[in-house]
Amino acid sequence: MSAAADLPVWAAVIVAALLVLGGAIVLIGALGLMRLPNFYQRIHGPAITVTLGAGCLLVASMVYFSVLQERPVIHELIISVFILMTAPVVAMLIMRAAVYRDLRARRHDTGAVSGNVYRFPDEE
Amino acid sequence: MKRWLPSPWLSLVLFLTWLLLNQTVHPAHLLLGGLLAIGIPVLARPLRPLVPTPLRNPGALLRLAVMSFIEIVRSCFNVSGIILFGGKAGVNSQFIRIPLDLRDPYGLALLSCLINSTPGTVWVEILPDSDELALHVFDLHDEQWWVDTIKTRYEGPIMEIFEGGRR
Amino acid sequence: MMTTVLELAIGFVLVCVILAMLFCAVRLLLGPTAQDRVLALDTLWMCAMLLAVVLGMRFGSLIYFEAAMLIALTGFVSSIALAKFLMRGEIIE
Repeated sequence: MSAAADLPVWAAVIVAALLVLGGAIVLIGALGLMRLPNFYQRIHGPAITVTLGAGCLLVASMVYFSVLQERPVIHELIISVFILMTAPVVAMLIMRAAVYRDLRARRHDTGAVSGNVYRFPDEE
Repeated sequence: MKRWLPSPWLSLVLFLTWLLLNQTVHPAHLLLGGLLAIGIPVLARPLRPLVPTPLRNPGALLRLAVMSFIEIVRSCFNVSGIILFGGKAGVNSQFIRIPLDLRDPYGLALLSCLINSTPGTVWVEILPDSDELALHVFDLHDEQWWVDTIKTRYEGPIMEIFEGGRR
Repeated sequence: MMTTVLELAIGFVLVCVILAMLFCAVRLLLGPTAQDRVLALDTLWMCAMLLAVVLGMRFGSLIYFEAAMLIALTGFVSSIALAKFLMRGEIIE
């Protein structure tokens, strides 16, 4: 069913290693998103999914198709570059929205004021 | 030259993106990609709010890229370890302030992308009415270490690249 | 032999990505705050993109690349829109 039949050994080993590493990291990132206690810690979970997890899987896909079709298939680079440029922007915007909303709603249990960088509006 | 090719690097990137998308080097696609690479920057120039800053030091950019790639991989494994094995008491997540000397908007954008791409740190904002950056660190041990790291490893090379090494 | 290894690896990644999507869905349902839900949705979207990439390898087809790219593009725009809404949409006092 799969087309993986005619891959040479070295390519299969590289692809399999990258796949296993990427899959494990994607899973760990989502696990962090699920079980870390507060939002400001949870935001660091998806960061590893997006960088190393996605990176490993995309490189594995590039190597796999390049060897399989015997020509350079590197258009996954577009997705990689796009993710590298956009994921930080999304993380920053969500973080700022979270800080703003927590300060506004005066939620004291979220850790928004840890480190004394931010203060609640009425406690200046 | 300046009028029809306002930003050569942008044109080059657009051209390569077009070829990668179509996965070909057929002459027709070379021609169409070339037209797009010249046309889009000319049409989009009124949309860019700032004058593009020229790169002063491409070598430093390359070094910075390699360094931050290593840093991303390293902190990826750190964060994975904390998620898997760290107890709830062991993680000390905090906001910290980092005073910045960098002023160039492109440099700041690059710095924020690099910091946010590195797992374990999230750039929040530059605090209003100051030059201090609010940064959220996943597992804080030593605040001064983070300030020094950001300033010497990231900010210094970026100032070299965009501001011609005023440091 | 190598084919088996590769198929096992691809199967393992598929299970990982789907479990990751399940975790994101749990966070999406549990909340507790709106920003948690937006973050979970963004990660869910990223996992869906990776699922398309891995399925492309599973079936040996390049068509899945287009799907992955579209998911990445729309995911970015919608996450930005939701984050912007969280900051500006509920200021009404």
